[in-house]
Amino acid sequence: MNNFSYARVPDVGGAVHEIGTHKAAKFIAGGTNLIDLMKYNVSRPNHLVDITRLPLNTIEETPDGGLRLGALVTNAETAYNEHVEKRYPLLSSAILAGASPQLRNMATDGGNLLQRTRCYYFYDTATRCNKREPGTGCPAISGFNRIHAILGTSEHCIATHPSDMCVALAALEAVVQVTGANGERAIPFAEFHRLPNDTPQIDTNLHADEIITAIDLPKQGFAENYTYLKLRDRASYAFAFVSVAVALEMDGETIKEARLALGGVAHKPWRDTEAEGLLSGKPATRDNFQKVAEAITRDARGYGHNTFKIELAKRAVARALRQAAEGTPQPIAEKKIL
Amino acid sequence: MNNQSATNTVGESPATLPAKSTITLKVNGAGKQLEVAPWVTLLDALRERLDLTGTKKGCDHGQCGSCTVLVDGVRVNSCLTLAIMKDGAEVTTIEGLAAGDALHSMQEAFVEHDGYQCGYCTPGQICSAVGLMSEGRAKTVDDIRELMSGNICRCGAYPNIVAAIEQVMGEQAMREDGHQTGERSERR
Repeated sequence: MNNFSYARVPDVGGAVHEIGTHKAAKFIAGGTNLIDLMKYNVSRPNHLVDITRLPLNTIEETPDGGLRLGALVTNAETAYNEHVEKRYPLLSSAILAGASPQLRNMATDGGNLLQRTRCYYFYDTATRCNKREPGTGCPAISGFNRIHAILGTSEHCIATHPSDMCVALAALEAVVQVTGANGERAIPFAEFHRLPNDTPQIDTNLHADEIITAIDLPKQGFAENYTYLKLRDRASYAFAFVSVAVALEMDGETIKEARLALGGVAHKPWRDTEAEGLLSGKPATRDNFQKVAEAITRDARGYGHNTFKIELAKRAVARALRQAAEGTPQPIAEKKIL
Repeated sequence: MNNQSATNTVGESPATLPAKSTITLKVNGAGKQLEVAPWVTLLDALRERLDLTGTKKGCDHGQCGSCTVLVDGVRVNSCLTLAIMKDGAEVTTIEGLAAGDALHSMQEAFVEHDGYQCGYCTPGQICSAVGLMSEGRAKTVDDIRELMSGNICRCGAYPNIVAAIEQVMGEQAMREDGHQTGERSERR
């Protein structure tokens, strides 16, 4: 880890000011990803701004009937919050599918959105990487890419976004509240993370001087018909090859609205509203689920080691849709896929 | 939590070494004051500065759990925690669990069930298990396995570790039942 200076700030204004007055400064809260990246010399900030004492650590109901998650609420506090558990079990389930209890106790909700890819090449400073050092190339494309993306890739980067929580937030259509030098703005979740294109070094549309203050959950929580299905090498404490968050609004056996987000397959949580639309007003049948699975993966591309993910994603989508429609979400401690 | 546009900017090291800060920690019940540079982890502060070497450095990247301690009663990876950020916090390490010669019930259960082989992961396992108990989320053996997944044991003592935690959970449940029926039970 390189040497750096440190400042603790008391409020959002102070945080924005502090980050703006230092070149190569970073905010730190839970630190679970940043400290790790710093130990590998992947991230080398010369100044850390400690935001853990900012008053952003509550979960509150919003006037429109939704829920506001303060950026500094920990992942564990969020997953076990009574309102989240009851009204947004998809979010609880996704959070608890990720990381370990210790990490969830440390990691914050705002930080979860900003965690970086676990691509082997990104983490290894001895190799080239367009995300770490723009313009140097992407060895993953022709190298070891078992964990890499199959959707929305570019010739510059095939990294995936590692979060589970964000997959649920994408399905729930959360809104990210941010504050910067030019004031506050709200970013719809689908527009928060970016595809790699020719700027894979930029993960999100957050500006350099902005801080996440909260994540708003809309009123509709899909608490009846949902599931978070995560498929990985081992059944605990591992990143997803493919994960699927499903949120359905059912009318008897008919699907009124379907939301579907995939993790582990792209540079951002993957939504395909066109494919979701295939289920509107349709009965919850295996055939209809299969059609969605085929539609979502129609443009998928494998790179060799990760080509299996295309078929895995199809099956995971079909399975997750069935789990959600039947009201039998995948339990986290249950290691058999329902 | 700022944008990654700055992430890849390699920060020039400050011309002079950043200042150390004096922080106060309450470690295993005793107030400790120490001067730390910003990059000193809680793990290194405990081991190298306070001579509390019970907490182990395994992977040093938050993957193995051997550095697990309780900060303000909550289990965390001390290797991914900057000491300077925990100024004023209460820290409990493996050294702080026993009351004199009387072992903590989780320590006793690990001994009884032989919940280790080489013992390197054990302080982290026990601190994690104590954290798991106070979180109160584990109800079944499957829950214990899932909620202890942040602690790796290379010797593979998992069945005995789970058995030890299960025993302590059972003892606690019995105590709680006892309280509910008006009986009194000694805590240790």
